[in-house]
Amino acid sequence: MDFLTAILNGLSSGGTYAIIAIGYTMVYGIAKMLNFAHGDIIMVGGYAMFTTLLLVNQPIPALAVAIVFCVILGICVERFAYRPLRGSSPLAVLITAIGVSSLLQSLAQIVFGAAPKMPTRLQISGAWTFGELRIAYSTVVTLAVTVVVMSALTVFVKYTKPGRAMVAVSEDRGAAQLMGVNTNAIIAITFAIGSALAAVAAYLMLMKAPSLSNTLGAMPGIKAFTAAVIGGIGSIPGAMLGGILLGVIESVALSIPVLAPFTEAIEFAVLIVILLVKPAGLLGKTRREKV
Amino acid sequence: MNRILAFFKKPFVRNYANYLIVGVFTAVFGLLSATGLLKMGTQFLLEQISIAVLLAISLCMVVGFLGELSLGHAGFMCVGAFLGGKLAQALTASMGVAGSNLVVFVFSLLVGGLVAAAFGFMIGLPALRLRGDYLAIVTLAFGEIVRSVVMNLPATLFGGTLGLETPRFSRKYLFIFGFLMVLACLAVTQNLMRSKHGRAIISIKDNEIAARATGIDITKYKLFVFTISSFFAGVAGVLYSYSQSRVQSATFDYNYSIEILVMVVLGGMGSINGSMLAAALITFINVKLQTVLTGNLSVLQNVIYSLILILIVIYRNAPGLKGFREKYNMRTISEKIFKKKQTVAENADTGEEEANND
Repeated sequence: MDFLTAILNGLSSGGTYAIIAIGYTMVYGIAKMLNFAHGDIIMVGGYAMFTTLLLVNQPIPALAVAIVFCVILGICVERFAYRPLRGSSPLAVLITAIGVSSLLQSLAQIVFGAAPKMPTRLQISGAWTFGELRIAYSTVVTLAVTVVVMSALTVFVKYTKPGRAMVAVSEDRGAAQLMGVNTNAIIAITFAIGSALAAVAAYLMLMKAPSLSNTLGAMPGIKAFTAAVIGGIGSIPGAMLGGILLGVIESVALSIPVLAPFTEAIEFAVLIVILLVKPAGLLGKTRREKV
Repeated sequence: MNRILAFFKKPFVRNYANYLIVGVFTAVFGLLSATGLLKMGTQFLLEQISIAVLLAISLCMVVGFLGELSLGHAGFMCVGAFLGGKLAQALTASMGVAGSNLVVFVFSLLVGGLVAAAFGFMIGLPALRLRGDYLAIVTLAFGEIVRSVVMNLPATLFGGTLGLETPRFSRKYLFIFGFLMVLACLAVTQNLMRSKHGRAIISIKDNEIAARATGIDITKYKLFVFTISSFFAGVAGVLYSYSQSRVQSATFDYNYSIEILVMVVLGGMGSINGSMLAAALITFINVKLQTVLTGNLSVLQNVIYSLILILIVIYRNAPGLKGFREKYNMRTISEKIFKKKQTVAENADTGEEEANND
């Protein structure tokens, strides 16, 4: 029964990882860059919710404000930090992204202080109990949100014009541009979607444990990127699979006392092993590099 | 002025000026310290600078010359700090000697560096298959694994969350050894980069496929660079453990790796002297600011570093700024200034000659 509870917890945290990982994977697929600041946009979303809650004590408007704020932030970061570097070396873009990440974290600490904030209004406690099994409401909400987000994104990418343009840009940016796709606009839309998902992820995280500090998104961000890489970067179902897998591994490792202190080490070790065995990830396509 | 510039442009001087500067610097401050003229604070500052310079040069090899991003440099340092520190602690305790025992010190420096190098070799192995962002994330993962494993091992081994108590080297002399290690690292890096192997490494950065096509063994060189770089990171770690009375694994987190990266980027990627200067400068500012900025303001320096990082990278790499870069870089500006002076001087010369002719 403990094992089943661990799996359920894993599904819950895995759903959150999946939502963050989708943001990483979309940006990586389309802009071909690792958006290191993605995790910190989650943190900004958390603080946006916290600030809104001080004015309007309702979770839903707080989430809405956070989504809008994160979308604006994401587009601004893309416009001012990443777009000038388009076409230069990947190393330069990666270092800039690291700079943005560290900038957001330190700014948040200056504005809100290092002590964690407790937006308890966001918390959803309580659970259904079936005998010994306990299913928390938050788990159900997380899984529902994850499934809805993933299906909505799949439909968006497959059947709408901007969505198909995204696929085109990720396949071949030059060719897409020649076919009349406004690549800059598409990349901006991708960042907007990713940042909106980051705000949703912030809500899901604070719903389970309402403790908000400036490093809220750092570790989950890195883990979600790990999840995206495990699932195969650039693939939305892959991000979902990787996220859930990582969440379950984490929670099972946490439930075994001997392994519990080394949970993080185990998660990253899984990443290294998978990258060694399947460098493109579980659902990723291997691409031959052409000269 | 021109004569001075020409002197520094001579190949011999250009290649060895940095040894000379570091050597003279070390000798002067070493003498001052040995005669007791240096304050404790200055000695501490010099120690930290030597450690940072060592880290920056070694990371510069990976980022600047090989062109791969390593985000786990603090992890290698952590390996060196804990293993070297533990060894030094065990040896000083069992032999009953003081922390300043030179034999123990040199031995733990070597062992710490070698173990870190072994880890670098191990991380280099996946590095062969991965590239760019993936490699960056694997090195980051490695740093986190090392940190969390060291923290969670039984407290009798590495002290757990409290940290490992390590022997202290006499503060009067530690920085001298630090700078000697810097000189060694400088010699290895500079001579390597100037050799055939160094050219091969740089060619991997410029174009990996073309390098492979010309018959360069990419696998071998990547492993080689990772191993050497982590050796010196490990040495820096041991030095660090000797400069502190207690080493905590929380120090070697991701932000520390980023700070080293900022030094390398600020120094101009691929410039050893630049990295050294930037490392010294940043460490100096950090140590000086530590007492001024307290509480939440202490992250103000992080804000500034990250802004510097973003602006420098955009300035140096943005395709849209190419014209601007060519117009206003240090070289063209300095050339302009000197040319103006030169022409003025030449005019003056010819004027005098004419006057003489009359």
